[in-house]
Amino acid sequence: MKLNLKIWRQENATAKGKIVDYPVDGIDGDMSFLEMLDILNEQLVEKGEDTIQFDHDCREGICGSCSLQINGEPHGPDKLIATCQLHMRSFKDGDTIYIEPFRAKAFPVIKDLIVDRTAFDRIQQAWGYVSVNTSGNTVDANTIPVEKEKADESFNAATCIGCGACVAACKNASAMLFTSAKVSQYALLPQGRVEATERVKAMVRQMDEEGFGNCSNTGACEIECPKGISLENIARMNREYLAASTKG
Amino acid sequence: MGGFLNSTIARKVAMALSGLFLVLFLAQHFTINFLSVFSKDLFNEVSHFMGTNFFVQALLQPVLIFGVIFHFVMGFILEAKNRGARNIKYVKFNGNANSSWMSRNMIYTGLVVLAFLGLHFYDFWFPEMIHKYIESHPEDVARYYDELVAKFQSPVRTILYVVSFVFLALHLYHGFSSSFQSMGWRNKYAKGLRGFTQAYAIIIPLGFIFIALFHYINNL
Repeated sequence: MKLNLKIWRQENATAKGKIVDYPVDGIDGDMSFLEMLDILNEQLVEKGEDTIQFDHDCREGICGSCSLQINGEPHGPDKLIATCQLHMRSFKDGDTIYIEPFRAKAFPVIKDLIVDRTAFDRIQQAWGYVSVNTSGNTVDANTIPVEKEKADESFNAATCIGCGACVAACKNASAMLFTSAKVSQYALLPQGRVEATERVKAMVRQMDEEGFGNCSNTGACEIECPKGISLENIARMNREYLAASTKG
Repeated sequence: MGGFLNSTIARKVAMALSGLFLVLFLAQHFTINFLSVFSKDLFNEVSHFMGTNFFVQALLQPVLIFGVIFHFVMGFILEAKNRGARNIKYVKFNGNANSSWMSRNMIYTGLVVLAFLGLHFYDFWFPEMIHKYIESHPEDVARYYDELVAKFQSPVRTILYVVSFVFLALHLYHGFSSSFQSMGWRNKYAKGLRGFTQAYAIIIPLGFIFIALFHYINNL
C-alpha cells in the first residue's frame, strides 16, 4: 500500500509548526498505525533526517499514551479503539492521511505529535481518589454491599484511560467527559460518597483552571472515546455539581 | 460575574434555564399568533389583553427581555471561552464524523435568530411601545390584526421571516434537548424527551412559517 502522509512537524513547544508531506510505500493492511509510523521513522533514520515524535507505550489500547488526530478524528476513523489498535486495512492504497497532535490550549505541543496531557493528571490530583486510612485498620472494600448495576456503571466510568480523545474531538476542547468519568466512578460507590461534595467541586474547579472549554453536548467525545465512556457521566457530574453547590 | 456563575457547569445550567424559559415563551407566542389564521376578532382580543394587562406588561415583559439578553450575552461568553480553549486549529477537522451540524453551529444559528429579533422588534415591539407609551394613543382593540397583516404584505420581509424561522428550528433542534443534559436531567425518559424536543423544534417554527405565508398569500 502506498500512502501520502501529511504530518504535523514542530521542533518544540515554542516553534511554529507546519504540515510536511511524507510519501510512504510498502505498508501492509495488517500493520497497526503506529507500526506504519515506525517504518516511516526507519526510512527517515536511513536518510539521516529527524524522526517523527509520537506518544506510545503499551500498544494494546490500555495505557492511554497514544493519541494522534487522524484525518480529523482522534484515534482515526474506527470507533472504540486507540490509535495503537487502528490497522492500516482501514485505509486504501493511494490515500492521503492527515496526522496531527491533539489540539487544545490545555494540551500544548511538546514536539511534533506529542502533547503535554498533564492537565488531566492535575484534575485527577485535585480529588480523583478516596481518602483511606492505611494505618492497618482499613476495612476491606468488599465488605460494603454495592448494587450490581451501580458497580457496573462505576466500572464502566473507571475504564477511561485518560487519553484525551474527548478533548481532541470536542469543538470546544472540553474535558467534561474525562472529568465526569473520574467523578462518576467514585460518586456511584458508597466509598466515594463520603467526599463526593468536595470531590466534584475540586475537580471541576481544576478543569476550569486548566483552560478547557465548555460542554456543548455535541456528543463527539462519546463517539470518539476508545472506551465508550457515556455522556450519562456528564449529566451525573452536572447533577453532582449542582447538588454540591447548594451545600456551600 | 462572580461566585457560582464562574464555573463552566453553572454557566451552562444558566444558559439552559434561560433557553427553556424562551422555549416556553415561544409556545405562548405561537399559540396567540396562530389565532390570527382562523379568527381576526379572537386574535385582536387576546393581543389586546397581552398588550394592556398590567401583569404581562410590567412583570412578564421585563423578565422576557432580561431572559433574551441574558441568553445571548451568556452565549457569547461561553463561545469566547470555547474559542480560546483551542488556540491552534486543526488543519483537518472531521466534525461530521461524530456530531450534528446543528450542535456545532449553535452560535451561528443563534446569531441569525438574534438578527431576526432586531427586525422583529423594529417591526412590532418598538412601534407598539411608541404607540402606547410615547404617543399615548387611545386604545383600539381592533388594530392588532391589521398591524400584523400589514407587515406580511412585503415579500422580502416574509422571506426574511421564513428563513429566520428555519434557523430558529436548527437552533432549537439541538438546544432544547441539550438544555436537559446541561442540567443533569438524563434518565429512562431521556429518549422520549429528546423526541418531544425535536418535534417541538420542527413544529413550532413550521407553524410560524405557515402563519407568515398565510397572511402574505391571503393578501395577494
